[in-house]
Amino acid sequence: MDNKLENIKKLDVSKPLRLDCGKTIENFPLAYETYGKLNANKDNAILVFHALTGDQFVAGTNPITKKEGWWVTAVGPGKAIDTNKYFVICANVIGGCMGSVGPKNINPETKKPYGLDFPVITIKDMVRAQESLLDHLGIKKLLCATGGSMGGMQLLQFCATFPEKTFSAVPIACSSSHSAQNIALNELARQAIMADPVWDNGKYFLKNVQPKNGLAVARMVGHISYLSEKGMQEKFGRKLQEKADYEFSFDADFQVESYLRHQGYAFVERFDANSILYITRAMDYFDLSKQFKGGLVEAFKNQKTKFFIMSFSSDWLYTTRENKDIVIALNASGADVSYSEIITDKGHDSFLLNVPEFLKNLKNFIDTMYEKFKNEKRI
Amino acid sequence: MKKEFKVIAELIPKNTRVLDVGCGDGSLMNLLQTEKNIEVRGLELSQENVQACIHKGLPVIQGNAETELHQFPNQSFDYVVLSQTLQAFYNPERVLRELLRIGKSVIISIPNFGYWKVRTKLLFFGTMPVTKTLPNTWYNTPNLHMCTIKDLFYFCDEKDIKIKKVVGVNEDKTSLIKRRNLEIKNLFSKLGIFLIG
Repeated sequence: MDNKLENIKKLDVSKPLRLDCGKTIENFPLAYETYGKLNANKDNAILVFHALTGDQFVAGTNPITKKEGWWVTAVGPGKAIDTNKYFVICANVIGGCMGSVGPKNINPETKKPYGLDFPVITIKDMVRAQESLLDHLGIKKLLCATGGSMGGMQLLQFCATFPEKTFSAVPIACSSSHSAQNIALNELARQAIMADPVWDNGKYFLKNVQPKNGLAVARMVGHISYLSEKGMQEKFGRKLQEKADYEFSFDADFQVESYLRHQGYAFVERFDANSILYITRAMDYFDLSKQFKGGLVEAFKNQKTKFFIMSFSSDWLYTTRENKDIVIALNASGADVSYSEIITDKGHDSFLLNVPEFLKNLKNFIDTMYEKFKNEKRI
Repeated sequence: MKKEFKVIAELIPKNTRVLDVGCGDGSLMNLLQTEKNIEVRGLELSQENVQACIHKGLPVIQGNAETELHQFPNQSFDYVVLSQTLQAFYNPERVLRELLRIGKSVIISIPNFGYWKVRTKLLFFGTMPVTKTLPNTWYNTPNLHMCTIKDLFYFCDEKDIKIKKVVGVNEDKTSLIKRRNLEIKNLFSKLGIFLIG
């Protein structure tokens, strides 16, 4: 897989980036992908921030995994985010494993992969790294920036750190600070990886192996949290996996077990275990109100960006309550904010699925914002 | 465009900030934004109406005015509008207090239960009135606290809420309602529009 990563788009970020942890990285690769064409006025650019296990391959076919891009439901020709009309950009987060600098990259000092010597990064670090991509592409102001889950968290950070960089923003199913429950679930994922003897304090790459069992369990934890209780019951119930009755063993008797095992072991083919540690840590450290004295209202002070926040009724990972707290803060700071709670049984995963109400909202908002942005630029 | 919205729009000066509570499909917000360059925000319960607002590029927050007005800071809007919904709340007084906290001025419209047709229906037929402005029957009406223009007048007096202007609406006709013509206007207005605060 790593050999294939040489043929993807990469920006070499030469400008030193001082990380929140105090360390500095420089001359690091930032992998990205774009869809559609940037128009002459450069006013049709949309930046997408990806979630924990996402990557830059939003639409079409992912050239590395040969599977569909992670947001094909929303992005592509004729889709809600129409690539015939808009120029869509997505970068792999730093700390990730799809070409941007991360724990499996070579440490220039030791000439060996970083492993746990890679500095601990934050959501703010990820966002600041991606800002250099906009300069590279010659985009002064985005039409819109969007992202779900950790992508939404990056987006909130992006708006707070660079308030002039986007005309509109659609944070989806996210939070302005990671909740205790979410930190706990991330810790479960990390502990699963670290409990795998193959992990070897993050040095597994020296033996060219991957702590598959631990990483698969980490992914299974994630998958449970992305569904809702009702959705899971309806999808799987107590159905058995291609068998008439219990086998009185510990094989995957139930469909839900089989599903989790499949998701878990498919994941190890495309993701790096240490990256999960780094990215989940970044999520846990995310607390926008802590960064700004005076809290969340202060974070959004003087925002000109037009926000549209969406949450999903059955999402218990990033609840409607947490999303509404962002709306309240934006309201209190006088920002232009819209909000909608989409009623669905599909849980946190809803933003990746074909949920018509959600996709319709996304399309209508972006299309009207495009008209407004064009008018504003004309004036 | 409903006459009611035209009257409300006339009450609001240009270039102000307005919150429309129960903004529906955004018709009033659209009118205020396009004709008076007003910075509008809407609060709306129904998903369908929220979508309609988003489609028109109007900022709207999906939520319930009965429980979610607390999110708006004190005196953060020049005007808060509540069109024909006051009577549907469990606790209209609390909602009204919230509106007065959020807006420097508040505009409320109510279907007038004192309108003569409403009165005669109850008087002569002995059944709960069903009219154009009150289209529901007793068992499916959302209106829990029906009142008359006179009731709301007295309510404001009792609670020390300043009444700045009251307009009565009957089809396309509008008229100013004062204390001295309250009895007659309460009989002949289908709608009452109050500017208070």
